[in-house]
Amino acid sequence: MGQDHSNDNAHEPGHSHAHHHDHTEPPADPVLRVKALESLLVEKGLVDPAAIDAIVETYETKVGPRNGAKVVARAWSDPAFKKHLLEDATAAISSMGYIGRQGEHMKVVENTHERHNMVVCTLCSCYPWTVLGLPPVWYKSAPYRARAVSDPKGVLAEFGTELPKGTKIKVWDSTSEMRFLVLPLRPKGTAGWNAERLEQLVTRNSMIGVELALRPDQIPVKSGGKA
Amino acid sequence: MNGAHDLGGCHGLGPINPEAEKHEPIFHAEWEKRALGLTLCAGFLGQWNIDISRHARERQHPVAYLSNSYYETWLAGLETLLLERGIVTAEELHSGQSNGHAPEELCERRVTPGQVPGILAKGGPADLASDSPRQFNIGDRVRVILFNPAGHTRVPRYVRGQKGIITDYHGSHVFPDESAKGNRIGQHLYNVAFAGADLWGAGNDSTIQVDLWQDYLLPLD
Repeated sequence: MGQDHSNDNAHEPGHSHAHHHDHTEPPADPVLRVKALESLLVEKGLVDPAAIDAIVETYETKVGPRNGAKVVARAWSDPAFKKHLLEDATAAISSMGYIGRQGEHMKVVENTHERHNMVVCTLCSCYPWTVLGLPPVWYKSAPYRARAVSDPKGVLAEFGTELPKGTKIKVWDSTSEMRFLVLPLRPKGTAGWNAERLEQLVTRNSMIGVELALRPDQIPVKSGGKA
Repeated sequence: MNGAHDLGGCHGLGPINPEAEKHEPIFHAEWEKRALGLTLCAGFLGQWNIDISRHARERQHPVAYLSNSYYETWLAGLETLLLERGIVTAEELHSGQSNGHAPEELCERRVTPGQVPGILAKGGPADLASDSPRQFNIGDRVRVILFNPAGHTRVPRYVRGQKGIITDYHGSHVFPDESAKGNRIGQHLYNVAFAGADLWGAGNDSTIQVDLWQDYLLPLD
């Protein structure tokens, strides 16, 4: 799928923007198109622009991958919660207050030394919004959706992820309203860490399954605070 | 439908080029925020469901589908639905000028900012009881039906006709093929495991897990 920022496949050699749109009018610039559509629906009395603002604010400030990181860190540090999470992820996650749109039916899949899990939606862009927020561009991109199911090892290599020999890959294609969250392996060297500290190791990509959780020495240093 | 959206296994699409997680913004442009919010707000009017909406996106011409960014695909789907439902006319869409207010009963459904948190928190659960008995148990061997429906389906082409094993039962959920036509029917939903070697050939030792509804599956002895 073409993308709309500089880091994209459309600028690969051999990919041309000169697509043929003979079947339809050339699509207008999305900036103008969305602006026109919004003003039209507002004028018709169907959309309140402030409601759009409220939706955007929710996914910019409230619902994002830190929710999922809290779920994972708690599972790593609380065996009873982990058991609940693996048996009934929807209930366990909602008990932490993460409920709603695109998280109505959850399943958590646990990574082990023998098995690594990875999530994709080959047909569209299904993603567990309640715990991970809105999906990243690459997750919705054609190359990821195409190859995650047929060449997961190759996909992991593109993320710089190498699994130990003997680890088998399981790919979850999100074809229903079930939403999948990967429970990454707890990194070594974290014995005795509490959930709050463990949370720093949990990246969004590790919960999609394209990367591993961070090692303690990979924790980004925050300015003005201790890591 | 066998559209450009059914991407599993396609070649030649280039590298993924993921942005580094720590540098990736939630939105890459202001218009993406409006496209997201507008799509959701229009959806809240209750004139279509998620399957109708997915089908509107995947009905785009393959060239358009593969050229668009995901929010452009959302916009295209939204425009299609607004036109098909008669909520806006082609002329209004083209000119950006409204010919008048929408009918009162539709305007009454307009969502206020105060309603947004409640609506997002409520979501849209898909579980729905089925009239048919549950046919499969965990461990059962099944074959996916071989079909090429012109309408909406959630069976990716890469598993059609393939053998798998039932590994989970999710309960009974809204059946998307009918839901996309506006019929809300519950049907048993399973997770099915497929061997990578069966789907992609020798040397692939991964397992692919796909959620599939009962009508998509045949028993295999």
